[in-house]
Amino acid sequence: MEYFLQQLINGLTLGSIYGLIAIGYTMVYGIIGMINFAHGDIFMVGAFIALIAITALGFVASTGIGLIILALMLVLVISMLFAAVYGWTVERLAYRPLRGSFRLAPLITAIGMSIALQNYVQIAQGARVKPLQPIITGGYTITETMTENGLFAVQLSNIQILIIVTTVILMTLFSLLIAKTSLGRSQRACEQDRKMAALLGVNVDRTISLTFVVGAALAAVAGLMFLLYYGVIDFYIGFVAGVKAFTAAVLGGIGSLPGAMLGGLLIGLIETFWSGYFTVEYKDVAAFSILAIVLIFMPSGLLGKPEVEKV
Amino acid sequence: MNGKPPLLSIRGVETWYGKIVALRGVDVDVYKGEIVTMIGANGAGKSTLMMTICGDPKAHAGTITYEGIDITNAPTHEIMHMSIAQSPEGRRIFPRMTVLENLQMGAAVTDMEHFDDDLGRVFELFPILKNRKGQRGGTLSGGEQQMLAIARALMSRPKLLLLDEPSLGLAPMIVKQIFDVIRELNESEGLTVFLVEQNAYHALRLAHRGYVMVNGEITMTGTGAELLAREEVQAAYLEGGRH
Ligand SMILES: Nc1ncnc2c1ncn2[C@@H]1O[C@H](COP(=O)(O)OP(=O)(O)O)[C@@H](O)[C@H]1O
Ligand SMILES: [Mg+2]
Repeated sequence: MEYFLQQLINGLTLGSIYGLIAIGYTMVYGIIGMINFAHGDIFMVGAFIALIAITALGFVASTGIGLIILALMLVLVISMLFAAVYGWTVERLAYRPLRGSFRLAPLITAIGMSIALQNYVQIAQGARVKPLQPIITGGYTITETMTENGLFAVQLSNIQILIIVTTVILMTLFSLLIAKTSLGRSQRACEQDRKMAALLGVNVDRTISLTFVVGAALAAVAGLMFLLYYGVIDFYIGFVAGVKAFTAAVLGGIGSLPGAMLGGLLIGLIETFWSGYFTVEYKDVAAFSILAIVLIFMPSGLLGKPEVEKV
Repeated sequence: MNGKPPLLSIRGVETWYGKIVALRGVDVDVYKGEIVTMIGANGAGKSTLMMTICGDPKAHAGTITYEGIDITNAPTHEIMHMSIAQSPEGRRIFPRMTVLENLQMGAAVTDMEHFDDDLGRVFELFPILKNRKGQRGGTLSGGEQQMLAIARALMSRPKLLLLDEPSLGLAPMIVKQIFDVIRELNESEGLTVFLVEQNAYHALRLAHRGYVMVNGEITMTGTGAELLAREEVQAAYLEGGRH
């Protein structure tokens, strides 16, 4: 039971990070029907910008807690802003000129953009892993029990609390933005019928740009979390996390916002539970197998919308 | 009409889809306060004309002016900010938005200041929509979707309303209800309407003036009554000769 609880905490943390990235995949797919393969690399860029910002600000674990929170918020804003610019630029340069051409074209440039971003960071920041001294330390021991192998303590670290709480807040705000504001309505209108949205005076190109900007900003949040949680990053983290988050988006139902959040959580949980109870080696296989099984029975994902609609 | 310039003026407009020509030099004028209709068989180019007015697709030749401003090459979303609204072919209701949200989208070009008044007004015109307020657009019947499409267009407070085949596939009762609303809007508020129809009889009876389009060209024009009386029109677009 204690072991289960610990895996649950770890899984939720990882799932939060995947969920934040998955939103970007699902929103872009929803509005222009393409898989933005460069999105995982935007997450990676976000993590690097966060690292650069933390280094520049020069705060460490011994800095007072109030200052750390303030500084981290500043870092968060900086990496969201920069990642947003990257996301906007990628769409502007690589995807918009190809809008209306054959379906595979933007997919190919997306892969190209992904490689370009990786190489760019590799050259600018070096190929070796970059460490970060732990900034947020400590945590709580929830329960302690004696087992045959000694004392087992269920730990909830401060960084895990930070990640889960931030993700919940952001996802709530973001869902409200999409559901309740006129901006969110325009976004959904473009998703359902771009031609009609334009006929109602919506600037479709701008709405698409905004989707990329928002998706990139959320990926940057995930990037900062990843950096704080694992303490090491390299130019390749975007690939692995990107594939996972993409899997999450498909599992939840690509195009569906709650689906992306749910899918992210599930992939995070599947991975940690599999590693916790079976073997670390096949955790990716486990995640993909479950995806395959779900897609057999629910082709549009857990919360995806069916393709057919009444006319 | 009265020597005033037309509200909407279409001159020599040609539109192509790739290598297919859909409009071959179309001239149409719509004056303020008029109901003008264009009738034509399926594939004549009526919807293409409606969409070309809204800049999607763009005219390859010719000019379109609205309130004296050349809008031929303006982007669609800018044209729709100039008090033109369209209820397009196939209605295009946002299926996963509620009726209310669809209407909010209709008001997207406004600053939402008059939203409640305008909402009340379209609910008066189409009371059924009020009952369906929270229902998703995709679950409405064809007639309700058509009413919603027109209501949505009205939410932007247009001066010119473009209607593409509002009667298509609807029961005669519903068609009558919709056409009555159009007439009422025109008579009581002076709304200018450009209506495209295959249903020639109702359209010509409703409209002040009409055009007949064949294969992307205007072949006849006159008052609604004049066109209704013409043998060619009767043979091609009314009973017996309807295709
Ligand atoms: N998106 C399109 N791509 C290619 N051809 C089209 C397209 N839309 C319409 N057409 C063609 O243009 C012509 C006019 O079509 P349309 O304007 O829809 O006619 P109508 O509305 O009078 O039925 C038809 O021959 C049709 O096949
Ligand atoms: Mg048509």
